[in-house]
Order: sequence, then structure tokens, then C-alpha cells
Amino acid sequence: MLKVRDLGVSRGGISILDGINLMLAPGAALVLTGPNGIGKTTLLRTIAGLQPAAVGTVELPPEGLAYAGHTDGLKATLTVAENLTFWARVFGQDRIAPALDAMDIAALADRPAQNLSAGQKRRLGLARLLVTRRRLWLLDEPTVSLDTASVRLFAGAVRSHLAAGGAALMASHIDLGLGDAATTLDLAPYRAKLPVPGQGGGFDEAFE
Amino acid sequence: MLALLLRDLRLATRAGGGFGLSLAFFLIVTVLVPLGVGPEGGTLALIAPGVLWVGALLACLLSLDRIFALDREDGSLDLLATAPLPLEGLVTVKALAHWLTTGLPLTLVAPVLAVLLNLPPAGYGPLTLSLLIGTPALSFIGAFGAALTVGLKRGGLLLSLLVLPLYIPTLIFGAETARRGAEGLASETPLLLLAGITLGAVAILPFAAAAAIRVNLR
Repeated sequence: MLKVRDLGVSRGGISILDGINLMLAPGAALVLTGPNGIGKTTLLRTIAGLQPAAVGTVELPPEGLAYAGHTDGLKATLTVAENLTFWARVFGQDRIAPALDAMDIAALADRPAQNLSAGQKRRLGLARLLVTRRRLWLLDEPTVSLDTASVRLFAGAVRSHLAAGGAALMASHIDLGLGDAATTLDLAPYRAKLPVPGQGGGFDEAFE
Repeated sequence: MLALLLRDLRLATRAGGGFGLSLAFFLIVTVLVPLGVGPEGGTLALIAPGVLWVGALLACLLSLDRIFALDREDGSLDLLATAPLPLEGLVTVKALAHWLTTGLPLTLVAPVLAVLLNLPPAGYGPLTLSLLIGTPALSFIGAFGAALTVGLKRGGLLLSLLVLPLYIPTLIFGAETARRGAEGLASETPLLLLAGITLGAVAILPFAAAAAIRVNLR
């Protein structure tokens, strides 16, 4: 479903990861780990298409993917249901009730997002993934600010997503509670060699 | 795209959305001008088209930095960029929503405020028409400026400096249309040029703005 060949990514004009080869089949989940600053977020953003790859290719499923970053993309003045309906419609879907139930936020549906706690916001952000109905998920630190019960809820959602033929690529340095369902890839061996002085960071970087 | 338009309109009318701020600003500017210039009807009638156009333009500028900055702050912009929605379409919809919440209300309220400035009766039609045709250009040029400054801290001031010079042609032909109308002259030529500017902005700037957003998202 996802094929990444010889990918190299850079941040701020300096290449940070090199020679990454990944393949995700339907039903597979991969957790990227590594110390702070290794490039987990940058790698995910590159695969999501938010920034161009320095070298290498990324092959995505034709219908696209669902990406979830550090922020949840919620509008404070809209209610939970309005936020979710908006994202469902952007992705061409219309049913939000199953996602509300799966993340246990159905009781909050009519509450403005600004009145939610951090964990509830995060759960709403994860419910957003469910309404997109995309088979490939890219998740960046999905369990930040979730309590243990919610982490289990999240793990359950990922498991049923995998069971339905989906795939997930996640970056995290804490245990996601997925057990054997996910394999782990440590990014440390892929750290790019120290940059040659003068490489990158040039004025023309934005136009390449 | 319709979902995005409806969301933006809804956000604008909710608490803190800023709908009405531009209108209030426009009202205050037009009320202040007679106080500053003096109550002489002749002078006011002379400057009314220009003052109304400059007022509308500044009122439009007020809400520009919200177009993309808010979506950038809460992460929506990243998510929208990965959604099955072309960025060009996103820019068009956002600029359209900005016009519906700013340019259109300004156009509708301008004839009422023109009374305060003693605009001659013949000028009302051309003034409203010129604002109706010209304000979409303000929104689209503004969306382009907002896209250029989206990643910057305190980008609002830079945005004003970038966008105001780009507003000059719209201002010249818009105010000229209204002025000629007020003096009872034919105003078709500046109106056509104004329409040309608007159509050009609508056709080209979404692509430029989308390119700017792509660079700023990295």
C-alpha cells in the first residue's frame, strides 16, 4: 500500500535521514522510534507530501491518506459534531456517528471544542481519522495527552482499522499499546552523515 | 469545497470570528472624515468617492491576516493540504469566504454611509457597482498576501505592507468610477478596467497563493 524507496529527507536545508526503504502491506502497522530530532515528524510530513523528498520516491495508494500531526486541526468555536462533519465532508464522507462512538465522545457532540480537555481534543482528532475512511494512516505522536483508558481505545481503533485492510505508519517514543499488531523501526541507523559545510540552506532552496 | 466555504462563514459569524469588525471600522472612518474635514457639503461631495474607497480598502485589510494564519496555528492547514482538495481550490474558497464576510457587506453598507459624506445622488449607482466589482480583487490579492506571510510571526504588518501597494490599481479605477459617476460623466471605461483587474486576480492569484503555501508548509 505504501512503498518508500531510498528516501532521504531534509529539514531546514540540512539532510537528516537517508536511505529509508519501507513497505506497508494492507493490515500492517509500523511504529517509527528514535531520539528527539532524529526526523520522525519530518519523515512523516515528507511521506504525506507536505514537503518534497530530498531523494527517493514515495508511492501512495491512489485514494490518498489521512494524516494527523501534533495539532488536531480543531476550530475552538465549532462544536465537536460540526468539526467532525466538516472533515468528513472534506474527505467526501457523511457519517460521523460511528467515529464518535469509537472514540467515546458521543456525549460531547454538542460541546464547543474550546471546552474540551486536552485528552478529549486528542480523541476528537483521532475520530477525524476514522471519518476520513482512508486506508493509510500517518500518525505523529497519536497518544500524547491520552490517559491509559484512551490509549487502549486508540489501540482498539488501530487494530480494527488494520483488520479492515488498512495500514498505519506511526511515529512515537512511547508505547502505543499495540503489542504484536505493530512492528517497530528505529530510525537511528538511518541518520544522515554530517552535512558538508556549505551544503543546502542556499537562497534558492524554496524554489527547487 | 462547499463544506469549507460553509465552515469559514460559520467561523466568521461565531464569537471572535471578526465578522462586523470591518463594517464597524468602515463606519467609524467615514464618520471621522467629516469631523476632520469640516461640514462643508461641497468639499465632502468632492472627496466622498475617494474616502469611501480608501475606507473600504482599509476595512478589507483588517481581516486579511486571519485567512490562513488561524488555520496554520491550529494545524488545519496541514490537514487540508493532505486532504483530497487542491490547494488552489482551498485558496479560492477562502478568498470567496473572505469576500462574502467582508467585501459584500462593505458594498451593501457603502450607499448608506455615502449619505454622511454628501455624495451627489448620481454617484450612488456607480459607487455601489464599482465596490461590487472591485472588492473581490481586494480579497483575492489579500489572500495571496496572506499566503506569502502565513508562516511568519507577526506577519500582519508585513502583510499590510505587501498588499497595500498591490491594491493601488483597484483603488485608482474603483474611485475613478465612483468619481465620474458622481460628476455625471460616463464611467464605463474605468469600470471595465476594474473588472479586468478583478478577473485577472481571480484567475491567476489562487495558483500563486497555493505555491506560496506549499513553500511555507515545509
